[in-house]
Amino acid sequence: MIEVKGVNKSFEGNQVLKNISATFESGKMNLIIGQSGSGKTVLMKSIIGLHTADTGKILYDGRNLLDMRFKEIKELRKEVGMLFQGSALFDSLSVLENVIYPLEMFSSMTRQEMVKRAEFCLVRVNLSAQSFHLSPSEISGGMQKRVAIARAIALNPKYLFCDEPNSGLDPITSLVIDKLIKEITEEYNITTIVNTHDMNSVMEVGDHIIFINKGVMAWEGSRNDIFDVENAALNEFVFASELYQKVKKAENLGK
Amino acid sequence: MLLVTLFKHIGSYTLLMSKVFSKPDSWRMFFRQFPKEMEKLVVNSLGIVIIISVFIGFIMTVQTKLNTSDPLLPTYATGLVTRDTLLLEFSSTIMCLILAGKVGSNIASEIGTMRITEQIDALEIMGVNSANYLILPKIAAFVLLIPCLVIVSMATGLVGGYFVGIFTDILTTADYMVGIQYAFIPYYIFYSVVKTLFFGFIIASVSSYYGYYAYGGALDVGKASTNAVVNSSVIILLFNIVITNLMLN
Ligand SMILES: Nc1ncnc2c1ncn2[C@@H]1O[C@H](COP(=O)(O)OP(=O)(O)OP(=O)(O)O)[C@@H](O)[C@H]1O
Ligand SMILES: [Mg+2]
Repeated sequence: MIEVKGVNKSFEGNQVLKNISATFESGKMNLIIGQSGSGKTVLMKSIIGLHTADTGKILYDGRNLLDMRFKEIKELRKEVGMLFQGSALFDSLSVLENVIYPLEMFSSMTRQEMVKRAEFCLVRVNLSAQSFHLSPSEISGGMQKRVAIARAIALNPKYLFCDEPNSGLDPITSLVIDKLIKEITEEYNITTIVNTHDMNSVMEVGDHIIFINKGVMAWEGSRNDIFDVENAALNEFVFASELYQKVKKAENLGK
Repeated sequence: MLLVTLFKHIGSYTLLMSKVFSKPDSWRMFFRQFPKEMEKLVVNSLGIVIIISVFIGFIMTVQTKLNTSDPLLPTYATGLVTRDTLLLEFSSTIMCLILAGKVGSNIASEIGTMRITEQIDALEIMGVNSANYLILPKIAAFVLLIPCLVIVSMATGLVGGYFVGIFTDILTTADYMVGIQYAFIPYYIFYSVVKTLFFGFIIASVSSYYGYYAYGGALDVGKASTNAVVNSSVIILLFNIVITNLMLN
């Protein structure tokens, strides 16, 4: 479980996060939604500590990130996996070596065990052995995302962060990736936080959703309530696509 | 204002270096990176060092001879001037300025690209000290082996001068050979090598600094790489004055 309490963050006078508080439970898909530029990535990076929050508390199962010393943060990082907006695979390494990399850095496994574990993770994300020895530039964007997921789960993380896992993917592949993340989250009881501005993902996998608008947390709830909220900014976001306007109409008719 | 920016840069450069010079998370990874960097930064620079040194050695000998036609000058003077210029400044300072262009832009664009594609964040998330992992092998490989490049440059520069005697009739090879051995001071080689150790460190670390703090997109990587080359060149020139004063006075 990760709890965020009263987090503020500004860059040179530009306040990006304003007093954000939220709770992210384990085994659930926690979604952070909001428009482009609303501060989702900054919030996620502040939770992980890639940005240092100016004030507030970030509790990882009770341990406050902002009180930790460098060494403790490093220890914590071993329990964290992250999927970046652009996959961020190491382009000098093959697909398999990318997944082995965290194991090599932090486990005491033998080379053979590492290869086995990496192959297990790659198969878990539905990649076939043919692609293991290709370099990241030789595989498609969807496959890169999967490799990145495999790399993120290689060390059995307790916390998984995904920054827009389906940006740049077609709707079918997006759905596959979303479901994959959800399955893994439930299977290993991981605390998963996902940034997205894709309403399809929200409706498909959003167990717990927080809505960020211009750096302020404007709403918190589940996908079942999202259509009925009285919040102008959220409504604008949700009903940006005509499809969801129709869904809402149909729901109202049914009532 | 300019001073504030300068101090800001010095501050964050120092902080970065303190991250770079810590114990690697995994020596195994360090020793795997080290030979790769050696190849990329040093071995792959041999070609350009040799070509430039030979041609400059050649042209410097020609120009020295043609522009000093005073019959009172001894015949060995040309070889001597060529040798001392090579040993004292060309093979160290000028060569390092050229390497700042080649190696500096390589380092800055590689690290900068890793930064903007979030590969550095990915390393940090895994708990890796990214500065140490990426930068230390580069600095170590380049500083340890840059003296080899200098020696190669000196040798091939002298060979370039020798070619003047073979391919033209401006100067005889015999005069040249006497010249390059006349009043030889081995300390000059030592001086040059010591200088380049500093220059190598400047090139590798300053370029890494600009790459590491790149922010934005592909354009910004280009900017970072230009900044790396320009600034490491300027710093090399400044340090050249300081070190020359310390070592040759
Ligand atoms: N390192 C930084 N330095 C200065 N400003 C930053 C930095 N990172 C982000 N910002 C600013 O913070 C604001 C929020 O950016 P953020 O990347 O969090 O948006 P986002 O919600 O993730 O958008 P998107 O959906 O497009 O990824 C932007 O206005 C951006 O300019
Ligand atoms: Mg973002």
